Amino acid sequence: MDWNILSWLIWLPILGSAVIILIPREKADTIKFVAAVATGIQLLVAIVLWTKFDSSTVGFQFQEKVSWISSLNVHYSLGIDGLSLPMALLTALLSFLCIFVSWKIEKAIKGYFALFLLLDAGMMGVFLSLDFFLFYIFWEVVLLPMFFLIGMWGGSQREYAAIKFFLYTLAGSVLMFIAILALYFACGRTFDMIEIMAIAPTALAGKLWWGFESLKVIWILFFIAFAIKVPIFPFHTWLPLAHVEAPTAVSVILAGVLLKMGTYGILRISYPMLPDGAVWFAGALAVLAMINIIWGALCALAQTDLKKMVAYSSINHMGFVMLGMSAVVAAGAKNGTNLIAAEAGLNGAVLQMFNHGIITAMLFILVGVIYDRAHHRNIDGFGGLGVRMPIYTGIVALAFFAGLGLPGLSGFIGEAMCLIGAFPVYRGIVIVSVFGILLNAAYFLWAFQRIFLGKLNEKYADLPEINRREIFTLVPLAVLVIFLGIYPTPVLDVMKTTLSHLIEIVQSSSLLALQ
Amino acid sequence: MITYGFLILLTPLLAFVIQIFIGKRLPRKGDWVSISAVVFTLCLSIAMLGMMLFLHDSGFKIDKSWEWFNLGHMQVHLGILIDNITIVMLVVVALVSSLVHIYSVGYMKGDPRYSRYFAYLSLFTFSMNGIVLSNNLFSIYMFWELVGLSSYLLIGFWFEKDTASDAAKKAFLVNRIGDMGMFIGIMLFFTATGSFVFSDVFSGVASGQISGTLLTVAGLCLFAGAVGKSAQFPLHVWLPDAMEGPTPVSALIHAATMVAAGVYLMVRLFPLFTPEALTIIAYVGGFTAIFAAIIAVTQNDIKKVLAYSTVSQLGYMILAVGSGAYIAGFFHLVTHAAFKAGLFLCSGSVIHAMHHAYHKLKDHETDPQDMRNMGGLKDKMKITYWTMVICTVAISGVPLMSGFLSKDAILAGTLSFALCNPVHFLLPLFGFGAALLTAFYMFRLIFMTFHGEPARQEVHNHVHESPLVMTAPLMTLATLSLFLFYTLPYFNPFSDHGWFTRLVVAVESSVPGSLSALEIAEGVDHAHTSAIILSLIVAGIGIFLAFAMYLKKRISAERMAVRLAIPYKLSFNKFFMDEIYSKYLVSPSLTLAKKIGYFDWDLYDKYFINGFGKVTRLISRIVGIKWDYDILDQLFVDGVGHGTRFFGRKLRLIQSGKLQSYLIWVLCGIIVIFVIQTM
Repeated sequence: MDWNILSWLIWLPILGSAVIILIPREKADTIKFVAAVATGIQLLVAIVLWTKFDSSTVGFQFQEKVSWISSLNVHYSLGIDGLSLPMALLTALLSFLCIFVSWKIEKAIKGYFALFLLLDAGMMGVFLSLDFFLFYIFWEVVLLPMFFLIGMWGGSQREYAAIKFFLYTLAGSVLMFIAILALYFACGRTFDMIEIMAIAPTALAGKLWWGFESLKVIWILFFIAFAIKVPIFPFHTWLPLAHVEAPTAVSVILAGVLLKMGTYGILRISYPMLPDGAVWFAGALAVLAMINIIWGALCALAQTDLKKMVAYSSINHMGFVMLGMSAVVAAGAKNGTNLIAAEAGLNGAVLQMFNHGIITAMLFILVGVIYDRAHHRNIDGFGGLGVRMPIYTGIVALAFFAGLGLPGLSGFIGEAMCLIGAFPVYRGIVIVSVFGILLNAAYFLWAFQRIFLGKLNEKYADLPEINRREIFTLVPLAVLVIFLGIYPTPVLDVMKTTLSHLIEIVQSSSLLALQ
Repeated sequence: MITYGFLILLTPLLAFVIQIFIGKRLPRKGDWVSISAVVFTLCLSIAMLGMMLFLHDSGFKIDKSWEWFNLGHMQVHLGILIDNITIVMLVVVALVSSLVHIYSVGYMKGDPRYSRYFAYLSLFTFSMNGIVLSNNLFSIYMFWELVGLSSYLLIGFWFEKDTASDAAKKAFLVNRIGDMGMFIGIMLFFTATGSFVFSDVFSGVASGQISGTLLTVAGLCLFAGAVGKSAQFPLHVWLPDAMEGPTPVSALIHAATMVAAGVYLMVRLFPLFTPEALTIIAYVGGFTAIFAAIIAVTQNDIKKVLAYSTVSQLGYMILAVGSGAYIAGFFHLVTHAAFKAGLFLCSGSVIHAMHHAYHKLKDHETDPQDMRNMGGLKDKMKITYWTMVICTVAISGVPLMSGFLSKDAILAGTLSFALCNPVHFLLPLFGFGAALLTAFYMFRLIFMTFHGEPARQEVHNHVHESPLVMTAPLMTLATLSLFLFYTLPYFNPFSDHGWFTRLVVAVESSVPGSLSALEIAEGVDHAHTSAIILSLIVAGIGIFLAFAMYLKKRISAERMAVRLAIPYKLSFNKFFMDEIYSKYLVSPSLTLAKKIGYFDWDLYDKYFINGFGKVTRLISRIVGIKWDYDILDQLFVDGVGHGTRFFGRKLRLIQSGKLQSYLIWVLCGIIVIFVIQTM
C-alpha cells in the first residue's frame, strides 16, 4: 500500500509514452518493445493488485490522496473497489494484448504507440479516479488519442469517423461537466467523489431548478453523457462507424474498454450519488435496454460487413448490462425486497461488462486477422474457409458461440444473470429481451455459415492460416472465455461486496419505500 | 455412487479435450480415446444399475449440490442427482453411444476429419450425461444448450455441403426458440421459489409459492424446451433436416438420446405440471405422433422416413407424459432408443453399401438414400436385413418385442385418460391411428428396400454387407429389442412387469389437487386389456396394408396417390411447414432486419444525427460569416475604422501645413475662449 500501486497503473504507460517519444523513429522494434514492456508491467501490477485486493470490505482500497489545486479544492485522489478492479484488469489485459495486435502497423509507429499508451493511461485513470476533476480530465484524455488513432491509422473514411466520434462524445462530456459543477456547488465545493456520495442525496433533496427537481436534472445530464459512451439507443450510431474505420487494436479498446466507461460511470457516479434518480429512471433504463438488445441484434443481422456486425452486436450485448442494472430496484420494499434479483442483476451487469470486454476483443482481433489476409470484410465474399483455415475457424467458432451466449462460455452467465435479475420487476421487458438470444444466435451462425461453411471459394484457396503472433493475442482471451464460463466465481467474488453496498444505497431511496 | 457420477460426466469431456487438441497425431487418429471413454462410462452405468437393482430400493436417491457462486442472497448451486430414472437413462445413453462409437469406426473410415468426428461424439456424450445427472434447472439448461452445440457440429459435419450447413443452423435456431421458452420458465420458477434445484422447486410448488395459471404457464414454458429438443409440432422441422449429418449421428443424437432429452425433462419435472398444462402437453404429443406418421407414409428417402418416425414416436412419449402415464413414456424412451438406433444404423449400413456401389460405378448423381433406387437387398445384406426386420417388428408393436410392451403401456394410459375425461377422446385416437401408420410405413420401408426386384442390377452386383464392426452393433441392438430384456426376472411377453417397473416408480405430483400416482396406475391397469387388443388389431391392419401394397402389389400405391391426391400431396410435402415458416417467419424477420439496419444507418444516422452537424455548420455559417464577419466585423468593427478614416480624411484637410491657416485656427480658438469666459 505504501508504494502507490494505483499511480503506477496510470503512470507506467505515460512513462512508456514519454520514452517512446525520445526514441528515434527508425528504431521500430525498440518502440514496440518499450510499449510491450510498459503495458506488460502494468498488467503484472494489475494482477498483483487483484491478489492483494480484500474483497470482503466495503469501500475503497489502496487510496492515494494529494492536494492538487487547493484553491478549487481539487485533489489527486485514487482508489479502487470491487467495481473498478475488474475494469482496471480488463484495461491492462487488453492494452497489453493490443500492442501485439498492432505489431504490423507500419505508418508512423512512434506516434501510434505513444498515443496508444496515452489512451491506456486515460482509461485506467477514469476507472481509478476518486476526484471528479481528475475523473473529468482522464475522461477527456481518452478522447484525444482516440481521435488521432482513428483519424490517422483508420480506414478510408477515417477523418469523418474520427471527427464524428470526437464531437459526439465531447457533446456528452460537456453535459457531464455541467453536472459535475452542479454537484460541486450543491455539495459545498468539493470534487471528492466519496464525499459527494455521502452528501448529494440529502443536499439535493427537494431542491428545484427552474421547476425541475435538481437530482433529475443532474441525472439526465450524466445519463446522456454516459449513454453516448455505452452507447444506448438512440445515441449509438457513432459506434459502428468508429469501429469500422478504426484499426483493429483501437476497435478492440473501443469495444472492450471504452464502452464500459459509460456503464461504469452510471454505476460509479449516478447510482450512489443520485439513488432517487436511479429508481426514477430504472423503468426507462429497462426499456432502453430492451431496445438496445433487439435493435442491435436486428441491425447486426442485416449487416454484410463483418466488423459492422460485431459492432452492432456490442450494442446488443451492452443492452444486457443495462437490463441487469435496472434490476437494482427489485431490492426496494415496494418491489418485495427481492435482494436475490437485485444481486443477480447488478453482479450480472458487471460480470457481463468484463466478459463482453473479453469476447468482443476476441471478435475484433479475429476480424482483423481475416481483413489482413483478404483485404475485405464482406461476409458474403468468403465461403468455405473452414477447410482452408481450420485453426482460425475453430477460434472464430469459440468466439462466436461465446458471443451468442452458449452456456459453458463466459457470454452466457452474465446475460442469464441480467435477465434473471430484471425478470421479477420488468417481466414483459425481459420476455421481449429474451428474443435477443435467438437473434444473436441467428446473426452469428448465419455469418459463420457464409464465411466458413460451404464450398471453398477458389479465390481464397491459398489464404494463409492464422499465425503464431495472432494466436498469442487470442489464447489468453480464449482461456478466460472458457474458464469464466465454467467458473465465474473469482470475478463475482471480487465485485459482490461492493455491489451489495451499492444495492443498499439504492434500496434506501425513499422512492422505493412502501406507500 | 457420486464418484461414479463424476467419472461418467468427466471422462468423455477429457476424451473431447484430448481429441480436439492432439487427436490427429495419435495412432488411429485417436478413435480409441473416445471409444474407451464411452465404454468406461457404460461399465460404470451398468455397475450403478446393478447396485440399484440389487442393493437399493426404488426410492434410493443421491441429491448433492455444491455452491457455484454465492452473492450473499443469491446462491447458485450445481449438483448431481442420481436416482432410478437417472441410472436407467445413463445406461441407455452409454449403451447406444458405445455402439454408435464402434459402428462409426467402420462408417467414418477414411473421412478427412475422422478425429474431429470422435471429438464431437465425446462432447455430445459429456453434455448428454450432464443433462441426465443435473439436479437443477440452471445446469440442465446449460447442458441442454451444449447438446445443441454438439448436434450443430455433427449435423454440419460435412459442412462443405450447403444442405448440411443449412440444416445445422436450422437445428440450432429452432432449438433456441424452444430454449427461450424454457429459460422464461426457469426464471418464473426461480422468481417464485428462489432456487434452481429440483427438490426446492418441487417443495415450493407443493407449498403454493407458485400456483394457478402462473404455474400452468411456467410449466408450459419449460415444456417449450422439450418441444424444441424432442422435435414436437410446431418445432419439429429441424429434425428431418438434421439427417444431413452422418448416419451414426442420426442414430445416436437424433433418434435415441438427445431428442429424447425433452421427454426425459418432462419425466424429471413431471411433479411440476398442473392438470391443465398436462392436457395441452398431451395434445401436442398426440398431434405430433399422428402428424409425423402421416408424413412418414409418403417419404422416399430412407432416413427421412425414420426421422419422421422418430418425431412420431417422441410424440407418443410426450402424449404419455401428458396423460399422466409418464413412466410408460419413459419406458418407451428406453425401448425406442434400442430399436430406433438399430433402425438408423441398419439404414446407415444400407446407405453405406449403396454409396460404395455407386462409387464403384463412378455414379455421383444418384441419391444412395432413395428407397426407389434400392429393392431386393435382402440376399446381399443378410445381417442388416434381419436386424432391421427385428427392429421394425419392435417399433410396429408386435408381441414378443420390447416396443409392444412400451407402446401398449402408453396406449393404455391414453385410453384410461380418455375414459376418465371423455372430452379428450381424440388422444387415444391419435395414439392408435399413429400405431397403425407406424406399422404401415415401417413395413413399406422394409419391402421397398429389401424385397422385390433391384432397381438397377449393376448397382445391385456391387452391394456388399457391411464389415463386422458395423454389423455387431446392429445385432446387439436387435437383440435388445426383444421383450425379455425388459421383463426379467419374469417371462411374460404381454405384461411389462419386470425389473423396469419395479425400479422406476411414479412419484406424486407436487401440484396440489392432482391425481395421485396410484389412481393413474389403477386406471392404466384397468384399460390394459382393451389396449392390447386394439393395438394388436391396428398393428395387424398396418402390416397387412403394407404387405398388400408394397410386397404383393395387390393395391397400387400410385393409384392410391392419385385417388387421394390432396392428402397425398400434403403428406409428401410435409404439410408445407418449411415453406410456411420460410415465407411467414424467416423472410419477414430478415426483411425487418434489413429495414431496421437501413433505417439505423442510412436514415437515422445519416440525416438525423449528421443533421446536428449540418445544422451546426449552417448556424456557424450564419453566425460566423453573416453575423460575425458581414455585420459585426464588416459593419461595426470595420465601421469604426471606416468612420475613423472618414473623419481622419476630413480632419486631414485642416492639417494643411500652412502657417497662415494654423494662425487663423488659433485666432478662432482664442475668440471662442474669450466669448465663453465673458458669458
